Amino acid sequence: MVSQGWASARQLGAAVRAVVVFTALLGLLYPLAMTGAAQALFPNRADGSLVQADGRNIASSLIGQAYLRQVVTHGRPQVDADGQPILEPDPAWFQTRPSAVDYDGLGSSASQLGPNNPDLVATIAARRAAVAAFEGVPAAAVPADALTSSGSGLDPHISVAYAAIQVPRVARTRGVAADQVRKLVRAHTKGRTLGFLGEPRVNVVELNRALAGTE
Amino acid sequence: MSDTVAGLLQVGLLLLLLAACYRPLGAYLAWVFTSERHYRAEKAVYRVLGVDGDTQQSWQTYARAVLAFSAVSVLLLFGMQRAQAALPLSNGLPAVESALAFNTAASFVSNTNWQNYVPEVVMGHLVQMAGLAVQNFVSAAVGIAVAVALVRSFARSQTTLLGNFWVDLVRCCGRVLLPMAVLGTLALVAMGVVQNLSAGHHVISLVGQAQTVPGGPVASQEVIKELGTNGGGFYNANSAHPFENPSPTSNLFTNFLMLVLPVSLTRAFGLMVRDRRQGYALLAVMGTIWGLFLVGATFFETRGSGSVAAAAAGGAMEGKETRFGVWASTLWAISTTGTSTGAVNAAHDSLTPLSGGLALFHMMLGEVTPGGTGSGLYGMLVLAVLAVFVAGLMVGRTPEYLRKKITVREMKLVSLYILTTPALALVGTAIAMGLSTARSSILNPGPHGFSEVLYAFTSAANNNGSAFGGLTGNTPFFNVALGLGMLLGRFVPMILVLALAGSLAQQQPVPVTAGTLPTHRMLFVSMLVGVVLVVTGLTYFPSLTLGPLAEGL
Repeated sequence: MVSQGWASARQLGAAVRAVVVFTALLGLLYPLAMTGAAQALFPNRADGSLVQADGRNIASSLIGQAYLRQVVTHGRPQVDADGQPILEPDPAWFQTRPSAVDYDGLGSSASQLGPNNPDLVATIAARRAAVAAFEGVPAAAVPADALTSSGSGLDPHISVAYAAIQVPRVARTRGVAADQVRKLVRAHTKGRTLGFLGEPRVNVVELNRALAGTE
Repeated sequence: MSDTVAGLLQVGLLLLLLAACYRPLGAYLAWVFTSERHYRAEKAVYRVLGVDGDTQQSWQTYARAVLAFSAVSVLLLFGMQRAQAALPLSNGLPAVESALAFNTAASFVSNTNWQNYVPEVVMGHLVQMAGLAVQNFVSAAVGIAVAVALVRSFARSQTTLLGNFWVDLVRCCGRVLLPMAVLGTLALVAMGVVQNLSAGHHVISLVGQAQTVPGGPVASQEVIKELGTNGGGFYNANSAHPFENPSPTSNLFTNFLMLVLPVSLTRAFGLMVRDRRQGYALLAVMGTIWGLFLVGATFFETRGSGSVAAAAAGGAMEGKETRFGVWASTLWAISTTGTSTGAVNAAHDSLTPLSGGLALFHMMLGEVTPGGTGSGLYGMLVLAVLAVFVAGLMVGRTPEYLRKKITVREMKLVSLYILTTPALALVGTAIAMGLSTARSSILNPGPHGFSEVLYAFTSAANNNGSAFGGLTGNTPFFNVALGLGMLLGRFVPMILVLALAGSLAQQQPVPVTAGTLPTHRMLFVSMLVGVVLVVTGLTYFPSLTLGPLAEGL
C-alpha cells in the first residue's frame, strides 16, 4: 500500500504541474496570440462587424436591433406605471423578429417555450393579428419568422417574405416610391450560400442603415 | 432550388468534408499515439511535469493519472470562478456563487459543458479563456487518451502496460487539438466570429436606442468547443448567437468540426489494431444510426408534426435563426446530440415533440454515434464487445473480439459500463420529479415539462451538455445533482474502460478459425446497430413514453 500511495502522490504532483502548464499555454498564450493575429488580419470582423452612420457606431451588422418609437397619444408621450416609455413598432423602419430578450446585447436567449405550450400558441395568434394590422395585409400573408422568436433573441435577419410585406408600409410612411424601397431590399437580400447552405434572408440592420441614407 | 434539395446538398457537403479528412486525419492520429519520438518542446513539458515520457503505465496508474489530473482541474476551475472579482479581464463581474461554480467546474472537466449560468453576466473573459477553454482542450484529450489506451489493449498482448497518460495528453493537445484550433480560429474570424478582449461596444441605434455589442475572445474558444465535442457557449444562446455562428458557412464548418475527430478516430483505431476494416465497421454503425436519426428528426421538424405552435405559425421557427432555418437546425441538433457536444444552434426546448424526442434518445444511446472525442470510440468498442457476447450466446461459442477472449471478467466490466449512465439519468430524473422544489424549475406545462427534467439528467449523465433550456437549472438542487451526475457519468465509465483495457492487454490473442465471428462484415454491423438501439431502447423506453411520445403522438 505504501508503494500505491506513493504512486498516487506522484501522479498528483504531475497533475498539479500539468494544469499550470496547460493554463499558461492554452489559456493565456493561445487565446492572446489568436487575438493578436485576428486583430491584425481581420480587425473589423474581430471587433464585431460594427457599422457606422454619421460617424458613430450604430450597430453590429450581425446583431439585430428593435426599431421602436414611443407611443404618443393626443400629443403626449405615454409612459407605463414605472415611468418607462411605452413603445410600439416604428413604421418608418423595417421590423426585426420577435425577441425573447428585446435585443439586449448582454442577454442572448430563446423563449424556450415548448412546441405545444398554450402561451406560445396564444402569443403567435396575437402577433399574427398585430403584424397583419400593422402591415395592412391578410393574416395568412404573415410568414412564420415574423411570429416566432429566434434562437438567440438577436437574429439580425428576416425572411424575404417578411421583408416583402413591410415594403408598402415603409414606403408610405417615408413618402418614397415602393419600387425604390423594394430595390433596397433586393440589394440587402442574400440567397443560400453556394446555392444550398442555410436560408435566403434579408439583413434588417444593413437594410435600415441604407434606408436612413435615402432621406 | 427546393428546400429539400438544398437541405440534402447541405448534408452531402458535410459528409464529403468528413470523407476527405477520414484517411489523412485518421492516419495522423494513429501516428501521434504510436510514434516513439518525442519533440523537443514535449520533452521540456515532461521535465516540468516530472514524468518520464518513455515509461509505460499499468491500467491502475493510468487511471490514477486521469483522476488526479481531472480532480486538480475541478479544484482550479472552481477556485478561479470564486476568485473572479480579483482577476483581471473580468469586466467587473463578481465571484460566481459556490453551487454554480461547482456545477460549472464539474461540467467543463467532464467534457459536458452543461451551463446553468448566463455567460454574458456571470463569466468574465479570463475565467472563460484561462479556465473554461483550457478544459475544452484537455477534457477532450483525456477522452481520446482513454480511448487510445483501450485500443492498445486490443493491439497488444501479454502485457500490463497501456501507454503513458501524460504523453497521450500532451501529444493530443500539442500535435492534434492546438494546430487544428489555430487554423480554425482564423477561419472563424474570417467568417465573422469575434476575437477581442473588449467588455463590449456601446452603440446607439438609428432610432436612438442604446445597445451593448458584446465582446470576448470567442473564436479561439468556439473552435475548440466544437472540435473537442465540448459545447459550452461563450454566450448564452450558444451557437445560435450571431457572434459564435454568424453565417450558414460558419454553421456548416462548426458542424463539421464537432464530427471530424470522433469519425476519424475510427480510422486511427483500424490502423492501430492493424485491420482497417474494423474501423470501417464501427464507422458504418455510427453513420447508420446518425443517418436514421437525421432522417426522422428532419421529417418531423419540416412538417411541424405534433406541434400546435408550428401549425399556428406556419412553420417550426420558434427558437430558430433565420439564416439556418429548419434543415440546418435539425442537422445540427442530431450532430450535437450524437457527439456529446451539446452546443445548440436552435432552442431544443422548442423543437417539435418527436424531433426533440429523437435528440433526447440520441443522447441516451450513450454518445456513440459517432460520440464524443475518444468517448465515442471507447463507448462503441464496449458495445461491440457486448454484441459479440450476445452473438456468442446465440451460437454457443466463447465470444471473442479482435482475437481477444471475452470472459466473465470482461463482461462484468462491460455490464457495469452499460448500466452506469442510465442509472444516473433515470434515478436523477426520478428524484427530481419527486421533489416539489425541483419540479418548480420546470417552465413548460404537461409532458413537455417532464421531458425538460429527463433531458437534463440524460444530458448530464451522458456528458452531452445540451438542454431543454426552459428548465431553471441554477438552483442548489440542480447545481449539485447535475454536477454529481456529470462527474460520475464521466469518470466511472472511464475507470471501467481502463480496467477492461488492463484485462484485455494481458491476454494472449486467440487464433482466427473458421468458427470466429467476423466483426467487419455487414452481419456484425447490423447486429451492433441492433444491440445499440435495443439495449438503450429497452432501458429508456418507459421514460420516453411519459415525455416526448406522450406529447407527440
